[in-house]
Amino acid sequence: MNEFSFRPREWWQRLVAPIDAALLGFLALLLGYALLLLASASPERLNNQLINIAVALVAMRVAAQVPPQRLMHLALPLYVGGVLLLVAVALFGDVSKGARRWLNLGFMRIQPSEIMKIAMPLMLAWYFQKHEAMLRLRDWLVALLILLLPLALIVRQPDLGTAILVLAAGFFVIFLAGLSWKVLAALCVGGLASLPFAWTMLHDYQRQRVLTLLDPEVDPLGRGFHIIQSTIAVGSGGILGKGWGNGTQTHLEFLPERHTDFIFAVLSEEFGLLGNTFLLVLYALIIGRGLMIAANAPTLFSRLLAGSITLIFFTYAFVNMGMVSGILPVVGVPLPFVSYGGTALVTLFLGVGILMSIHKHRMLVQK
Amino acid sequence: MMRPAEFKNPEQEINRFQRRLAVAGGFVLFAFFLLFARFFWLQVIQHEHFQTRAEDNRISLVPTVPNRGVIADRNGVVLAHNYSAYTLEITPSKVADLEAVIDELATLVDIQPKDYKRFRRLLEESKNFESLPIRTRLTDEEVARFISQRFRFPGVDIKARLFRQYPLGELASHALGYIGRVNDRDLATIEKHDAEDNYRGTVHFGKTGLEQQYEFELHGQAGFEQVEVDAGGRAVRVLARTAPVSGNNLALTLDTKLQQVAEKAFGKRRGALVAIEPATGGILALVSMPGYDPNLFVDGISPPDWEMLNTSEDRPMVNRALNGTYPPGSTFKPFMALAALELGKRTPQQTISDPGYFTFGGHTFRDDKKGGHGVVDMYKSIVQSCDTYYYVLANDMGIDAISAFMHKLGFGSRTGIDIEGESEGVLPSQAWKKKRFRKPEQQKWYAGETVSIGIGQGYNAYTPIQLAQATAIIANGGVIFRPHLVKYIENAGTGERTLVEPQPLRTLFFKPGNLATIRQAMVGVNKEGTGARAFAGAEYVSAGKTGTAQLYSLKGAKYEADKLHERLRDHALFIAYAPAEQPTIALAVLVENGGFGAQSAAPIARQVLDYYLLGKLPKAAASEDAEAVEDE
Repeated sequence: MNEFSFRPREWWQRLVAPIDAALLGFLALLLGYALLLLASASPERLNNQLINIAVALVAMRVAAQVPPQRLMHLALPLYVGGVLLLVAVALFGDVSKGARRWLNLGFMRIQPSEIMKIAMPLMLAWYFQKHEAMLRLRDWLVALLILLLPLALIVRQPDLGTAILVLAAGFFVIFLAGLSWKVLAALCVGGLASLPFAWTMLHDYQRQRVLTLLDPEVDPLGRGFHIIQSTIAVGSGGILGKGWGNGTQTHLEFLPERHTDFIFAVLSEEFGLLGNTFLLVLYALIIGRGLMIAANAPTLFSRLLAGSITLIFFTYAFVNMGMVSGILPVVGVPLPFVSYGGTALVTLFLGVGILMSIHKHRMLVQK
Repeated sequence: MMRPAEFKNPEQEINRFQRRLAVAGGFVLFAFFLLFARFFWLQVIQHEHFQTRAEDNRISLVPTVPNRGVIADRNGVVLAHNYSAYTLEITPSKVADLEAVIDELATLVDIQPKDYKRFRRLLEESKNFESLPIRTRLTDEEVARFISQRFRFPGVDIKARLFRQYPLGELASHALGYIGRVNDRDLATIEKHDAEDNYRGTVHFGKTGLEQQYEFELHGQAGFEQVEVDAGGRAVRVLARTAPVSGNNLALTLDTKLQQVAEKAFGKRRGALVAIEPATGGILALVSMPGYDPNLFVDGISPPDWEMLNTSEDRPMVNRALNGTYPPGSTFKPFMALAALELGKRTPQQTISDPGYFTFGGHTFRDDKKGGHGVVDMYKSIVQSCDTYYYVLANDMGIDAISAFMHKLGFGSRTGIDIEGESEGVLPSQAWKKKRFRKPEQQKWYAGETVSIGIGQGYNAYTPIQLAQATAIIANGGVIFRPHLVKYIENAGTGERTLVEPQPLRTLFFKPGNLATIRQAMVGVNKEGTGARAFAGAEYVSAGKTGTAQLYSLKGAKYEADKLHERLRDHALFIAYAPAEQPTIALAVLVENGGFGAQSAAPIARQVLDYYLLGKLPKAAASEDAEAVEDE
């Protein structure tokens, strides 16, 4: 009977044991900020987002419980499964808004490309860990293949936003694994050289987005509308912003997707440069903490994984803010931890959980 | 030599990893700095620019269309006014898939194929970003249903619009005219008047008649609302407001009841009637039959209606009173007689002996009465409508003398009435013929052509309003007024009235004796002559003259009305004024293909005069006298 007695203190300690207080602290600030913005942009969605956050926190806590070694075992099946699902999407996926991204499982619809955001760094980190002893040219080429195979499937859907994130996730692992600068430079040159070719591979609408970025005023009521209106929202915010709930661009519906991809425009309009800077600082703190975890991680696998996950947070943030402020083309990348929506939030917090797990398990391995 | 990377060297590996991590961290900071720089650029340096653009987005100046002025007759009977109704409007530039949106709307609001067709037509005609009605006159229920679903329809909105209504329908339609949606030609007119600002929100424009002529009086001064709008262009709230000023009201000289009597007297026959107040030139009745219902045009006329109005053989869109030109026939004789007296070509007592024809240059001009009228003086020539008298007279006077005199009476010139669409008609003269024809042999005036001019045939062609105008000049002793429909213009706000002064254009100084002779003869027409049957038992003394305008040359064969196709029958005319001593009304009646004047035109004149002077219709009012004898 004694074993089952009610000992809340002990339960609590066990609950919070794998949690990294610093990381969660920064994230709590960020989530609070996000809810404040959502309360202005779309108050009717607050309850839903609270549920999303709860689910995401549970996912984080579960992931934090899983030791990195266990994660390593998951890498290959998750990756292979993910690729198979992407193939299935290409064959039987549901088309929505002109893109084939969803797979209908009968009881739910899933978006397999989302899995790749976690599976890709896991797989590559696992691969490099496995060949830790000697990294030959062949290994780099295999790594490249691991990266490109699912990427091609995602680009084909087409889903440029997810493709960029998956590419970034894979690239960060390869970069952190120590791909020589010469090769990196060569890849850069090669990438630039193949731009014209890539241009011809893009869909018309994707090309339009790039052109629109270069000159949004060409079609101010059509394709340029989003960029123009979000830029106006950002610029009209000024230094201090128009105040919470007072954004005219936001509340008069000039902003598209104001609760999801364009929520940063709401922030910029209502809280101004000051609010933006606060957000940048929060992101910098979260990323800094993530990089610290990566730096102190015991194994190559956990180092690469932690570094890549952290830099994905950065990628999300940079691409989203760049798009909303009009320096990057419009791609569907949410503002991490802030944009409304459950899927991205769960994926992100799974990443956070993995970071926490890596951090908590660093001593155990060393011992 | 082996590359260091190939050894498992944890220390070195961690170092390298941490260096890479540092590079990545540096890149993150650099990227964030880049973002900060971008924010700084937008939010600090360019702030004012974007601030302005956000305000421009937010604030919109919405014109509020003023109430269009009301048109009422001389007794205050309303002929055109406005009512407010809700319309469902689509701004096509803000809607991606019009078909889909309209299909969706049809689930909330009853949209008929005719509504859809009209919308399509408006869409083709419109070029700017205006909103176009898909449905007009929504019921309250439909308004409520749409409002609850409004968020689903960006670019679609309900608007309260003022609609023009002509409560009496077809009555006086040719005088009132109608309004329709602003088109390119109207825009040019608006531009010419420098009124673009005032017309920014205006959808309708006067197209014909008084609505057209007095457009800028009726329109009023647009107001403006400074409103906050959302991205869908919907007003969220009003920030400031300048009220519109209603357009001016028109009070007409027209007498609605008289107009009604006149239109009813025509029945289903085509024709025109113009009744003028001789002392002012004010138009008492302006009839062109058939008319049309101007209400059809207000929402944009439906294609089948338009088709019907335009292709009808009866040509209801033509204003016959102003635009139709007809030979005056024998109604021309009193004016010829006056000319003869004034020019000293005849005295009233001078007689001719009428054998029933007049031969000139080998051609025989026949009188209607076989065997002739015997000895005919001027009085008898008018009362019995003797043709021979005027054949001879015209020949004696010569075409240019006739033409010069008739020109003074207004024949062959626009009267200047205050609505558009007046024809000049044809006042034949040598100069006219030279201008009219190309070939030299056609340009020459032949003396034989003058002969039939004397009885109002030949090249003569005048509008009913010219005929009425000339009759009014006889009635008022030679003063020429500009005929007009508007009595005064009333400022809707202050009630201040601007009188349209009766404008005596000029006065013709006839010798009083001469005028008296003509007037006496015209009284004789209605007492003992060709108009006597129509005016039998009248409680006042009236003056008149019958006329028949030949359409069909019979080349000497006997005219038999029954055997001719209805549309080839002669036009019947009648001119009259009353009371004979102090005339208060002068008129001209034309009945197309009505046979001869005494038969169909005179009875209409009788009804109008009776109603105007006595306030009642003649006993056994007949608009056609089947037993009248042709005796002109």
